Amino acid sequence: MAVSQLIGASIKRREDPELVTGSGNFVDDMSQTALAYLYVVRSTQAHARIEGIEASRAKEADGVLAVWTGKDLQPEFQAPLPVTTSFVPEKKYPNHYPIASDRVRYVGEPVAVVVATSKAAAEDAAERLDIRYEPLSPVLDIEAALKKDAPVLHDDVGSNIAYDVKRAGGDIETAFRDADVRITQRIIQQRLIPVAVEGRGVVADYKKFAKTLTVTSSTQIPHFVKIWLGVILGIPESNVRVIAPDVGGGFGSKIRVYPEEVLVALASRRLSRPVKWTEDRNENMKATHHGRSQIWDVEIAAKRDGKVLGVRTTQYLDLGAYCSQFGTFQAIALLIIQGPYKLPAFDGRGVGVFTNRTPTDAYRGAGRPEATYLIERVMDLVAQEIGMDPVEVRRKNFVPPEEQPFTNLLGLTYDSGDYRITLDKALELVDYPQFRRDQAEARKRGKYLGIGFCTYLEICGLGPSVATTAAAGIGFWGMSVVNLHFTGKATVIIGSSPHGQGHETTFAQIVANELGLPLEDIDVVHGDTAIGPMGMDTYGSRSASVDGTAVYLSSVKVREKARKIAAHLLEAAEADIVYEDGKAFVKGTPSKAVTIQEITGAAFQPHRLPPDMEGGMEATTFFNPPNFVWPFGAHVALVEIDGETGGTRVVRYVAVDDCGTRINPMVVDGQLHGGIAQGIGQALFEEARYDETGQLKTGTLVDYMIPTAPDLPSFETAATVTPSPTNPLGVKGIGEAGTIASSVAVINAIVDALSPFGVKDVDMPATPEKIWHLMHRNGGTTR
Amino acid sequence: MRRRVAVTINGAKHEHEVEPRLLLVQYIRELAGLTGTHVGCDTSNCGACTVELDGHSVKSCTVFAVQADGAEITTIEGLAQGTTLHPLQQAFWDEHGLQCGFCTPGMIMAAKQLLERNPNPTEREIRVGLEGNLCRCTGYHNIVKSIQAAAKVMATGAGSKAPAAVASQKEG
Repeated sequence: MAVSQLIGASIKRREDPELVTGSGNFVDDMSQTALAYLYVVRSTQAHARIEGIEASRAKEADGVLAVWTGKDLQPEFQAPLPVTTSFVPEKKYPNHYPIASDRVRYVGEPVAVVVATSKAAAEDAAERLDIRYEPLSPVLDIEAALKKDAPVLHDDVGSNIAYDVKRAGGDIETAFRDADVRITQRIIQQRLIPVAVEGRGVVADYKKFAKTLTVTSSTQIPHFVKIWLGVILGIPESNVRVIAPDVGGGFGSKIRVYPEEVLVALASRRLSRPVKWTEDRNENMKATHHGRSQIWDVEIAAKRDGKVLGVRTTQYLDLGAYCSQFGTFQAIALLIIQGPYKLPAFDGRGVGVFTNRTPTDAYRGAGRPEATYLIERVMDLVAQEIGMDPVEVRRKNFVPPEEQPFTNLLGLTYDSGDYRITLDKALELVDYPQFRRDQAEARKRGKYLGIGFCTYLEICGLGPSVATTAAAGIGFWGMSVVNLHFTGKATVIIGSSPHGQGHETTFAQIVANELGLPLEDIDVVHGDTAIGPMGMDTYGSRSASVDGTAVYLSSVKVREKARKIAAHLLEAAEADIVYEDGKAFVKGTPSKAVTIQEITGAAFQPHRLPPDMEGGMEATTFFNPPNFVWPFGAHVALVEIDGETGGTRVVRYVAVDDCGTRINPMVVDGQLHGGIAQGIGQALFEEARYDETGQLKTGTLVDYMIPTAPDLPSFETAATVTPSPTNPLGVKGIGEAGTIASSVAVINAIVDALSPFGVKDVDMPATPEKIWHLMHRNGGTTR
Repeated sequence: MRRRVAVTINGAKHEHEVEPRLLLVQYIRELAGLTGTHVGCDTSNCGACTVELDGHSVKSCTVFAVQADGAEITTIEGLAQGTTLHPLQQAFWDEHGLQCGFCTPGMIMAAKQLLERNPNPTEREIRVGLEGNLCRCTGYHNIVKSIQAAAKVMATGAGSKAPAAVASQKEG
């Protein structure tokens, strides 16, 4: 790759002028003639039989066009909502349809829809529905689901257990036999609500004579939605078009084919008019999937010299009421627990259970924050037990750089990395020795400072097709089309579907770098299934390494064709042609160059082309990466705990990340900032809570607290660059690294701060109340 | 019973018969057709709907349209002069103060009032001033930087100025 100043440049985002002036185009901004509005009537019960729905009064209400129950719509579903293998091929799960017909299993599950001429009319009419439920006992958490006499959610599954699988490597018995210390710990990954600031929204328009369906949805996955709307509603895929317009944040919460996408499309088909649905926040909190919701039991075997010999663990994963599309994705954690460490043995068990709560699915990091949280708590637990510095324990266990590429205990091969370098740089930035002196001084004055480390290794870049087919049940690739117009301007179609990541800017940088075109001559388009071949959309920090590489490879193909045409135009041998800065010339005579614009013009005039060449200047690439990519980094949180209130303040946060080549460092840092904030949110504030009847108690942003500006410090970011050998750009992923690292860095810092009180662990979210009780459980005395 | 509401939004007069329960944000989006003001929650927590009403920044989901009768309203669409961005808009662009862009209009409208009340805020004052506006993408880091950058530009008088009507109604 010829690196110019365009790769590695913090180019300002071209997306922004529309967005800062209020000219963005989000789903709810769309207006259309004859638009009807759909309202989803949702279950108020966690677990119940639907005895009957009396709809006649609702049907008579002003402006109402239709009222349909699950029973009315069920005959039209030709398939249930999709469920992918997602790292657990051996699972049992029920068919899940977009709307309940006879039984509801979580508060918020659709039970009826009302379509009217305005949103208010639909909502008013919905209040006139009389729904009679026969309550059933709800299953409200993982432990309740596992009880022998627990009510069973799905008769066809036969129990509340979707799977119980083993993922192991190395000799765990020997590890525990040889251990000097054995530690047990329970770790709670509390249930989280993603809270993209834009909720979901769908507009569907079915044309009854053409039999075409156009759906605009606030989704991360327009290509998948297209396929499944076709399958579920029995419409040929070629007649379905899905558009993801400006999407106001995703974080995994818009990664699946949702019931409402099907219901709105179906309503449009039934009424032969466009139909719109937008989600209220209260609806979003219970109808859009949740994340995490896991219990981990851990046993650790280690030597007194700091070497960790083995980890035995069980991941109990709460799937919620159904198995969501990527519901078991979080089980990837069991494949990557060892992180950047050379661990001799791992013995993992994964158990997935159904509960009467909102389904869980991917939330920023999806399995990787959980794996990282676990192993990074292990390092600190071992350090505390043997009285060694947590930094030293990490160093003792790192995979030595000379062993790269390193194959982990579950057979995954890390592509590169000397994990010491980000840690060294982070320690330098925080001035670790000085911090320890400050900490000791502060304790004398009754102030509790703490430092917490996380040295993470992340797997991302879905993915190598063979590996992902085995593990996730689907082969992944990257897609791009680079198409030059007659005047030498370019349209670039990408298979990813951004929702804030800035692909229009960064992918243009890749093309400009390769072809020497001015950035402003390159248009990057996405999020519309009608404009190009199928793409695999955006999630799992995959876009730069997989679709970005596809963009690079298409650019190379175009450049090679340009060289051939230039050779013909200049009457020279192709081998003698030099392509530089958007011009081609014969080696040694740059003054007689032809520009890419002239070459492209020639490409559309067949008489100017070599006789055996087709016209046009276009290349398509489907890139199947040979491996995942493996970013790593060291994050350090410095906290101060108020001895009076137990409140935690993150006073400094230092992040050193190695995501390989940085196409646009400004965008990379932005991804980190947001990710770190979300992880801090999990560590300190966020938790979805239910009451004893299965009602969501945190159903608004009054009750569910995401971080606000005064809750956070400014972040200090730095980088090392170890280009990935997996792709020609050398890029890895960065979209989730912040979230993966920050929750455990903060919790490790809190435990460090509370070590004078003999505290060894604290559950997330580490609220002032929890911390105050930990400080006062022995009458507030320190050791 | 419908009620007549007349407002001026970004200098243009609008008049409609509305239901009393109609929220100002719905009026702005659905009747005035200005969709830059967004709805992000039902509980006045997120601030995506922040606009300026007679010189005060308000969450337009907390105001009924009928309450705004006779008011002068500025929305995000009213800040740029042609293609010249307001210094805050320019600074959000320059400093990567947005990612998905959904909270951005409300964030900029809140920041505008913040700087009118306190033209030279500290980082802490900016953070506290933004407490009523939620962003899930940026961790607020670059939003704070954007507002600091805009404050500098606005202090030197470069870029466009706030309309006089707004400046005169500033709280002391």
